[in-house]
Amino acid sequence: MPNVIQGTALLAACTLIGILLGQMLGAVLGIDANIGGVGIAMLLLIAARLWLAQRGWLTSGITTGVGFWAALYIPIVVAMAATQNVVGALKAGPMVAAAALAAVAACFAMVALISRLSSPNT
Amino acid sequence: MIAETLTTQGLLTAFALTGLVMLLSEFVSARLTRGRIHGSAIAVLAGLALAWAGGSLTGGTKGLADIPMLAGVGLLGGAMLRDFAIVATAFEVDVARLRAAGGAAVAALLLGLVIPFIAAVLVARASGYTDPVALTTIGAGAITYIVGPVTGSALGAGPDVMAISIAIGVLKSILVMVATPLLARPIRLSDSRSAMVFGGMMATTSGVSAGLAATDRALVPYGALTATFSTGLGCLLAPSLFFLAVRAF
Repeated sequence: MPNVIQGTALLAACTLIGILLGQMLGAVLGIDANIGGVGIAMLLLIAARLWLAQRGWLTSGITTGVGFWAALYIPIVVAMAATQNVVGALKAGPMVAAAALAAVAACFAMVALISRLSSPNT
Repeated sequence: MIAETLTTQGLLTAFALTGLVMLLSEFVSARLTRGRIHGSAIAVLAGLALAWAGGSLTGGTKGLADIPMLAGVGLLGGAMLRDFAIVATAFEVDVARLRAAGGAAVAALLLGLVIPFIAAVLVARASGYTDPVALTTIGAGAITYIVGPVTGSALGAGPDVMAISIAIGVLKSILVMVATPLLARPIRLSDSRSAMVFGGMMATTSGVSAGLAATDRALVPYGALTATFSTGLGCLLAPSLFFLAVRAF
């Protein structure tokens, strides 16, 4: 598999640039937070893929170098779940539980509503 | 000697352990639920259970990663590799689908900030909080557990309110992880469009990424794309616009 590192390097470059731009956007707006860095990185990677494909430069090495990390997504998420502060979340008081439950319930209800309203084929 | 090896080879230990958890989860899914519950959904639940076990054993806040031998799980599941893997999933995105759902996704992104904020502010008010700084910080925590403390420190909230705000955000993300595969059908979470709406509405990147992974891996990039904008936008709006709104009422 030639040039697998090119795919991983492309992914790393997009992620780094995205996070940097998100950080800069935050600094410009005067808050110490990353504004959409990961989302910007995703859009950069999508643009890079289209650009490479247009020129016929999208080699199997590049696809594999990115695809490997996409395939590791679920195990990484499982590891993330295993490092959540579950004990703290379960121990927190009734107000915390009520606020979180109310927020999550309202959001799920809104998704149900929006998907019924905006779905073009219903 | 075993413990020392596992500690120094932290990331490799995490790979092996996570692989084992996934393998057992696939087995449970296939044999005990006949494939009705996704292996990845069981794996996420197992991860949360392990986090609970780790936290109970050590009294720490990082779940399994507080056990020195398993600190590598914190690297594997930490923000750097999580964001790296999320960006990688964008390689699968169909741009036409992204465009088609753009409007609905932006609407969901904004509603995903306002609705949980209002819900939590109302609960806090009913619980006796009246200070607009505390109310805003608590409401911001219901967006994500990062928006909460960022807002709190911008407004100068007290440490107890900050702790409450973070706890609400963490509990929200765990609830989204667990509830998404269960509620996917009734809320019609089944295609790229609904996944983008879902990501914006739920806001929490960790909750959305784990919830969609447990529901349908193909939906992950669409949901993650909108969700990753929520925290930044929340950090922008909660201490400014939302705070002014709370103070006005």
